[in-house]
Amino acid sequence: MGRIGDKFEALCGSKEKALIVYLTAGDPSLSVTKKLILGLEKAGVDILEIGVPFSDPTADGPLIQMASQRALKSGTTLEGVLDLVTEVRKVSEIPIVLFGYFNPIFAYGVKKFAHIARKAGVDGVLVVDLPYEEAKELRIYTDAVGIDFISLIAPTTGSERLTKIAADATGFLYYISITGITGTAAPKIDNIKTKVNKIRKITKLPVAVGFGISKPQQAREIARFADGVVIGSAVVRLIDENKNNRDLVKIISGYVSGIKKVLR
Amino acid sequence: MKTQPDQYGHFGIFGGRYAAETLMPALIELEKAYRACQKDKTFQKEFEWYQREYSGRPTPLYYASRMSESLRGAKIYLKREDLNHTGSHKINNTLGQALLARRMGKKKFIAETGAGQHGVATATVAALFGMECKIFMGEEDIRRQAPNVFRMKILGAEVVLVKSGTATLKDAMNEAMRYWVSSVRDTFYIIGTTAGPHPYPQMVRNFQSVIGRETKKQIMKLEGRNPDVLIACVGGGSNAMGTFYTFRDEKNVAMYGVEAAGHGLHTPEHSASINGGKVGVLHGNKTYLLQDEHGQVRDAYSIAAGLDYPGVGPEHAYFHETKRVKYVTITDKEAVAAFSFLSLKEGIIPALESAHAIAYAMKMAPKMARNKIIVICLSGRGDKDAQTIIETNAL
Repeated sequence: MGRIGDKFEALCGSKEKALIVYLTAGDPSLSVTKKLILGLEKAGVDILEIGVPFSDPTADGPLIQMASQRALKSGTTLEGVLDLVTEVRKVSEIPIVLFGYFNPIFAYGVKKFAHIARKAGVDGVLVVDLPYEEAKELRIYTDAVGIDFISLIAPTTGSERLTKIAADATGFLYYISITGITGTAAPKIDNIKTKVNKIRKITKLPVAVGFGISKPQQAREIARFADGVVIGSAVVRLIDENKNNRDLVKIISGYVSGIKKVLR
Repeated sequence: MKTQPDQYGHFGIFGGRYAAETLMPALIELEKAYRACQKDKTFQKEFEWYQREYSGRPTPLYYASRMSESLRGAKIYLKREDLNHTGSHKINNTLGQALLARRMGKKKFIAETGAGQHGVATATVAALFGMECKIFMGEEDIRRQAPNVFRMKILGAEVVLVKSGTATLKDAMNEAMRYWVSSVRDTFYIIGTTAGPHPYPQMVRNFQSVIGRETKKQIMKLEGRNPDVLIACVGGGSNAMGTFYTFRDEKNVAMYGVEAAGHGLHTPEHSASINGGKVGVLHGNKTYLLQDEHGQVRDAYSIAAGLDYPGVGPEHAYFHETKRVKYVTITDKEAVAAFSFLSLKEGIIPALESAHAIAYAMKMAPKMARNKIIVICLSGRGDKDAQTIIETNAL
């Protein structure tokens, strides 16, 4: 098992739920992203989702769209993100998932990507526009080197499809809590609970819930039935609002440790 | 030629369904509903009825004698898609998708638009069938295609201004897809070109293929044989695919897809995805894309808003790869000259998009014998472009 599996197992032992935090690499710059990552780990974040910026993030709301634009303006590339992971790995064992869209990976070369990402210390990939039907073209390489392929389940995903996706999933399953794009609506807890319980019946993989979660109260309620919560847009917003503040890392750490507290 | 696409929407290595999971069930549902309609004779009859009685099909295949004579070469015919209701070929597809949406019980339409032709055609069928309608359009296009914005509003559609990116067609499509992710349960996304995730490229092609079917019948009647050359402009490529598809297995028919070279292929300001791009994945399909070395999609440019798109339909990518169609380019300048030429010679003001096809014919015809036949798809009328022509002082 890799770092992701180990982490969920350890959390299960200590009866904790996972706090998964998303941030866009290179917003405002890769060197700040590195500082943030190390700060987030100290603040109790269990798994990191590092966003690889893309010019056309069609599944993202305005906050992550703008973060991606800023990251691209600051010169961020997939190659740069992989270098960042290499750097982080020298001092940290936090599980890292690369989150993004397929075209930058495709342009880089899928085979080369799998090889370099493994070497850098990437533990999982989540490619928003690579659904079950198209995933093979990346997975033949990433599966081979032991990088988890994190699969998304949406509120619209039916039972038959869910079973297919879960059967091939690795790492954990990511349940999208709203029928919508990232960070745009508050999720309805009861609906999520029903769906997560349904997912549980067909898989032993951990189930994390994300899209639209920003408050400790929501995290607490979702953690009652899920194995982890993902916070994305809320962190991205906070980073942007405080990017010129010398206490940036402290502010972000404070926010996430507030969420982690309710997951223990 | 082997029937394309395969069951997952792949045309060779192109096409497919690179979409967010939230949309996948809707795309699969759409595909099933579309398959059922393809087999359903009542659907086909209904579709034909609207094409005939509402849109005014068949459109003429017009012999452009003054144009032909002044070029001193091949005989040139124009497939007059500009004479369709709403002024372009776009209505062929929106009628088909609207009828399908009605069968599926959807009550709301969304669409993206560049030149506004597809937006108008969608707003039109929304009014016709009593549906709510939102059209996503880039800020820059709203400015340069103002007449079409008014038409959409008159027809009762809400025009949603898109400011992200270069505020053109690509960004309008991004925003429409985002909106669709949030409203997928009751909303039907009417994609305007042969792009997007499966089944759109195939479905739009089939709805547009009436252009080629009619052309074949008409040219047989007029000349007793196939044309030697077909020419159509290619942005996403729906009028071109509609024109070419019927002739794909006719080896003696040469086909030319004309991409927009904007200020020239040597500059970054063009929309020639096949001639100036690389294979990649955007908007749900794998195809040729304008992009940088890191896989970031580049902004397209053309004087013709409807060609201003950094991708191209996956079946065009496939026709390029298999060399069935030759993809060529025409600059802004050449297109504007053709716009003026056709207006003066034939009294037909072409859309700036279609003017790219006219311009290529103007290059080809003089080199061909007088007994050769060229058919150009005149995909739309140029009234909407008056402002652009005045502003650029192009005449």
